[in-house]
Order: sequence, then structure tokens, then C-alpha cells
Amino acid sequence: MNANLPILRNGQRLPLREVPELPIGEFREAILRRVQEGDRLACLCAGFDLQLMAVLADDAGHALRVLRTKLEAPRYPALTPDCPQAHLFEREIAEQTGIVPEGHPWLKPVRFHLPWTGAPDPWKRNGAPIPGAADFYRVEGEEVHEVAVGPVHAGVIEPGHFRFQCHGERVFHLEIALGYQHRGLEKALIGGPHPLSLKQAETIAGDSSIAHVWAYCRLLEGLADVQVPERVDLVRGVALELERAANHVGDLGALSGDVGFLPTASFCGRIRGDWLNLSAEGCGSRLGRDWLRPGGLRQDLEPARAAAMRPRLARAWADTKDAVELLWGAASVMIRFEAAGRVDPDQARQIGLVGVAARACGLGRDARRDHPFGPYGIRPLPVAQAESGNVHSRAWVRWLELGESSRFLAAALAALTESEVDPRPRPLPPRAPEHLCVSLTEGWRGEVLHLAWTDAQGRFARYKVVDPSFHNWFGLALALRGEQVSDFPLCNKSFNLSYCGHDL
Amino acid sequence: MIHILLSRWRQGYRTLPYPKALPALPERFRGRPKIHPERCAESYSGGCRACAEACPTEAITVGAAGPRIDLGRCLFCPDCVEACPEGAIEYTGEHRLATRTREDLSLDAAEEYRLAAALDGEMKRLFGRSLKLRVVSAGGCNGCEVDVNVLGTLAWDLGRFGIQYVASPRHADGLLLCGPVTKNMELAVRKTYDAIPGPKLVIAVGACAIAGGPYHRQEEQLGGAASVVPVDLFIPGCPPHPLTILDGMLRLLGRIGTNGRDGTRSLDGGETSQK
Repeated sequence: MNANLPILRNGQRLPLREVPELPIGEFREAILRRVQEGDRLACLCAGFDLQLMAVLADDAGHALRVLRTKLEAPRYPALTPDCPQAHLFEREIAEQTGIVPEGHPWLKPVRFHLPWTGAPDPWKRNGAPIPGAADFYRVEGEEVHEVAVGPVHAGVIEPGHFRFQCHGERVFHLEIALGYQHRGLEKALIGGPHPLSLKQAETIAGDSSIAHVWAYCRLLEGLADVQVPERVDLVRGVALELERAANHVGDLGALSGDVGFLPTASFCGRIRGDWLNLSAEGCGSRLGRDWLRPGGLRQDLEPARAAAMRPRLARAWADTKDAVELLWGAASVMIRFEAAGRVDPDQARQIGLVGVAARACGLGRDARRDHPFGPYGIRPLPVAQAESGNVHSRAWVRWLELGESSRFLAAALAALTESEVDPRPRPLPPRAPEHLCVSLTEGWRGEVLHLAWTDAQGRFARYKVVDPSFHNWFGLALALRGEQVSDFPLCNKSFNLSYCGHDL
Repeated sequence: MIHILLSRWRQGYRTLPYPKALPALPERFRGRPKIHPERCAESYSGGCRACAEACPTEAITVGAAGPRIDLGRCLFCPDCVEACPEGAIEYTGEHRLATRTREDLSLDAAEEYRLAAALDGEMKRLFGRSLKLRVVSAGGCNGCEVDVNVLGTLAWDLGRFGIQYVASPRHADGLLLCGPVTKNMELAVRKTYDAIPGPKLVIAVGACAIAGGPYHRQEEQLGGAASVVPVDLFIPGCPPHPLTILDGMLRLLGRIGTNGRDGTRSLDGGETSQK
């Protein structure tokens, strides 16, 4: 029975009745077996009727598998002890719905709110939960001390609380408590799409507007069983790769600044703006707002506009290359990058890292290749990889990806220059009732997953967002083990994870 | 070393000449909207409310004088423009948007838009040439934070105006807030504000910090900075362009606008209010 989980492709819909409903024992077993065989637990979440839903990603087989279970009581034996990548999903399930994963080794709140369902709070909190108020792992001993930082940090950065258990400068353990940016996003999407849903999708993580809004659009298109024209896909690809390039340039500059190498830091600060301004040329917004819409585009890249962007793209890439190549020739930079923030590849696999952080550990995970969407099926991009899992690897992967994105953009803009705009608006047909759809995109941080299923009227009965940061924050905690507290900024920047994308 | 010097030569001097000259904005940039009530007059008598109904944040009300847009709620999306059959609302390239009061963010065709007036008296003397800000993100999507941060790069070089982001509230003259202020950040915002020595300023950047933005209906947030601390400067947008943010700050300090220190009036875009 376990063998015949139906295969789902990225962005394809499936009637809810065809999603296998297994008893909890078999549900657990099916997940554990497939993860053992190499699948990733891309999503695990709860509906509002004691239902658990899991999405397994078989990257090598380009397949997704969905399965669910219906619990009889609000508790079940936790997956985390056998499958560490479930740890944050199970904490989230407990907080959102009051369902207790029994035996979870570290069952803490994720975002500090009471269950949506009105179910009893697993932590028996009375009234409004106090953010950050929870147990923290502690190391004890005469010379051991604790460093607590945040939620407000020294810089233009989002809020989060970090606790280091240290011996002198050496970090034994880092624990990260987030939830300060929680603004009720998933709850807001229930019963939708509402008039504000598109804007909310664009602001799940503001620096990944395109990655998230594209996932949102594809999900609606999937539920309505619509294929967008090739040209639309190509423009969306341009938007996503511009977003990737701008953020990678910014990160390489910031990494450079964190090791005190100022030329690249200064140059990249400005060059990032050149990439953002290319997005603004396309849609008026540096962050790609109001560029995409379900069913198509809000603003097209007409041939003349695409042509005008080509020399600016070439200039931005030439400046980027000039600024970033300085890094690899500077011994003072290399020694700092290579000596800091290593994540063990086996641990990376166990905790389910995605995106740049995974590829820097030699895990070739990239939704553009593994679960192709948009233009990437016919215009494949090589998956950039490095092996060491340290700060250098994460910087190097970004650099390789910058080159690939630039090449993609040059070819895509050239193709758009010769492709006429189709002015006919394409209103989206109604969404299928009682269907499920999983939509993946590969943002600059990594895999963005949107999952929704509809009610009898075709509205969202549940909408689940998984930002790559949700998978990767624990990776940062692991990268800090054995490091110095003073290397935290460098390690943190090498992941550059989203707080709001995690907190929703 | 030689490579660094060559790069430095190739990259050139790239700080924008602002405020002497305005940087070019993209053709599709959506700045301050312009309302043409005469175009909608006829439809309005028929009860047309297409723009108000299309607005996802309910920023538009339609009255006898035509549509009125609350720029504090506006996300600067094209919904109203696309919905209007008569073209009565259009975006302009006008980047100047910051105001001193929440009410001044209300835009209609009848009244001149009142841009932020400069600080006066002791506040002007203290902060006019040196303003240190503590930036706090309180539920923001990191979009406003991106465009606040970019002012620190060499392209904008915020430091040349005497404005700087500092790491401790004890070193700050004011608070720059992004985000709708989530319940989970309320205490942290209050504590940060309290830790800044007085007299102090608060700048609310972006639709979320002004009125809750796309999250204005969510009970997990409080509807903006003013729900927690008194706000001295409102900078609308989702997110505002860096130029809009810088314009607002410089206007507050009296560095550009009607009271320009160097007498420049060329960059002014409207009347200023007296607060």
C-alpha cells in the first residue's frame, strides 16, 4: 500500500480524494521509508480537522508525493526522533492547531501565538504569549557563560533572539528563537484568494517577492489547470534571476564587509542597486512588485524595453565581475571564508537544508532542475555546487550562480527582443473545488514551497507557505558550533536567512 | 593591491549628485498619484466606485470632489488605475511623498499636497546637521529595510548629510520604524523608544509602518508605528523608493524644501505644512 503514492509534478493539481489517507502508523512509516531512500520532507502541516498533510520531494525523480492522515485525537508519535528535518514542522503543527507530536525532543513554540483552532495550547499559555519566553538549551559549568542577543539588533536587520552557550569565545551551542515578525500571513490566506492575497504573497519575504509571488501565481494557475504562454514564463524567469543576482551581489558585498575587505563591500553595495534598478525598469519597482499576476503578467517586457535592458545588464555584470573577483585573489579574505561556519554534509542532509546552503555542502538541490517550472525546463541552468560547506562554499556558490543568471538573462532578453507581446488578457478560469496543488520555485535563498487545498467552493481551505529559511535556520545554528562568537556576523551573513519569511 | 587599484579606477566615482540633480527614475516608476476628477464626474453621478472597489487596502474613498487617496494605506499598485474606465487616476514620477501628519497623506484633486515641513526651534538646532537613527523592523517584509539600508551605500552616501544609522538606542536621536508593529514586537519597540535619550524623533517608513499595509486587517499586528510611539515623519510606499525616503529625511531636517539651507528651491515639489 505504501508503494503506490501518486506522483505529482510541480504546479499540477490533484483531486483531494486521490490524496492517499493512511492510518497514522502507515503515514509515519511511509514518510520515514521514503526519507531513508533519499526523499526530502518538503512540507508537513496540519489542517483544521486533525488532518496531517505531508509533501515528499523526490528530487532525482523530479516527483512530488503527497499523503495525509486523519488523527483520532490531537496527538501522535512525533517523527522528529527518526527524521530530524521534521523538527520545526512539528513544532509549528503544535502551535497552529494544538496537535501534540509526542516524543518530540524539543517541543517549543515557533512564532508565539495561540492555536488558531481554539484548541488547548500545548504549552498551557494563558493570554497573549510572550515572544521568546520558552526553555533554552543550557550548558552548565563554572567557566561557561551565556550570550543573549536581540530581538533588536545593531543594524538595519530584522528582529530575532539568539542565545549562545560559550566557553570563553568558543560557542558550544547556538539557539535561535524567532516569531517577532509574525503577522498572521497563513491565517490571512484562508478562505482566499482575497483582494489582498496577491500583495501578501509579494510581502512574505520582501527581498524574495518574485520567488513567492511566482509560487502563488503557479498555485492558482495549477488549481485552475491553466498553462501560461511561453513568453510569460520567460519574463517571469527574467524577474526571478534579476532578484537572485541583486541579492547575491548584496550578500557577497556584505560578506566582504564582514571580513573587513572594503573594496568589494563598497562596490557591491552600489552594484546591487544597478540590478535592482533593472527590475524597476521592468515593472517600476526595485523589488519586482506588481510584475506578475495569476494567469500572466501585470507588466510585460515589450521588445523595445527588453532591448534597452541588454546593455545595462552587460554593464551590471561587468561591474559585478570586476568587484567580486577581487575577493578570490585576497588571501586575507580567503583564510577567513575558509575557516568559518562549516556545516557537515551529512547533517545538512539530515536537517533538510535547501538552496545555496545545501549546494555549498555538495547537495545538488535546485528546484529549477529537480522540479522544473517556468522557462527552466527548456532553458536549463547548471546547478552550482561546492563541497566544503563553509562560508567560502556559500560565497562561491553565489558567485557561480551570478554567472549562470547573467547568461540566462542575456539570452532571455535577446529572445524577448524578438517576441511580440500578446495583448489579450487571459482571465483565470475558476479554481477546481476540493483539489490540492503544490507549487515550488527556487528563490535566491532556496526552495520556496506553496501548498494549498480548496474547499467545495474552490476557496483556500488551507494555504501553507514554506520559505527556504524555515529549513535553513537550524543550519546556521549548526554552523556556529565550535566557532567564535565574533564570527557570528560572518556565518549569519553567509546564510542570510529571512526572519519574516520564517515568521509569516 | 594593483588589482584593487585598477578596480577602483574602473568602478569610478559613483555617488549620485543628489540633491543638486535628481537621479533618473525608471519610466514605470509609480510616484505620487494624480487625480483627474473631471474625468470621473460623469460616471460618478452614475455611482461609479470602480477605483475604491479595486483598491486592496481600501485607501480610496469617492466623494463629490472625486476620488481621495490615503497615501498612508496606498501600496502604489496599479489596481485603481486599471479599474478606472475614464483614466481618472494616474501615477506620476513625483517621488516627494513624506508628510509630518497622518492627515496630510490624504490626496485629492482640490487641495495641494502638504509635504513635510522642517523641524523648528530646538529640534532643528539639535538635529539639523547631525541625526543618528536606530532602525527597528517590527513585522516588516524586509522591503522597506532594503531601501532604508541602501541609503548607506556609496551611491547615496547618507553620511554626507549628517545622517547615520547607529547600533545602540543610547547613541540615537530617533527611531526609524518599518513594519506594522506586530504584537510580538510591541514591547521591543517601546523599550527601544524609551532607551533613546530625549528629545527624540520617530520616522515611520512604508505602508505597514503607517497603517498596517497588506496586513492591516490582521489581529497579530497593531496597525503601524503611531499605535505605539508618536510619529514625526510619515514616508509612504510599499516600499518607498530610496529617493523618497531621503527626500523625507532631508525635508524634516530643513536641508531641502522651502527653508533650504543653501537656498535651493528647485527640488521642492509643493507647499509645506506647519506643524
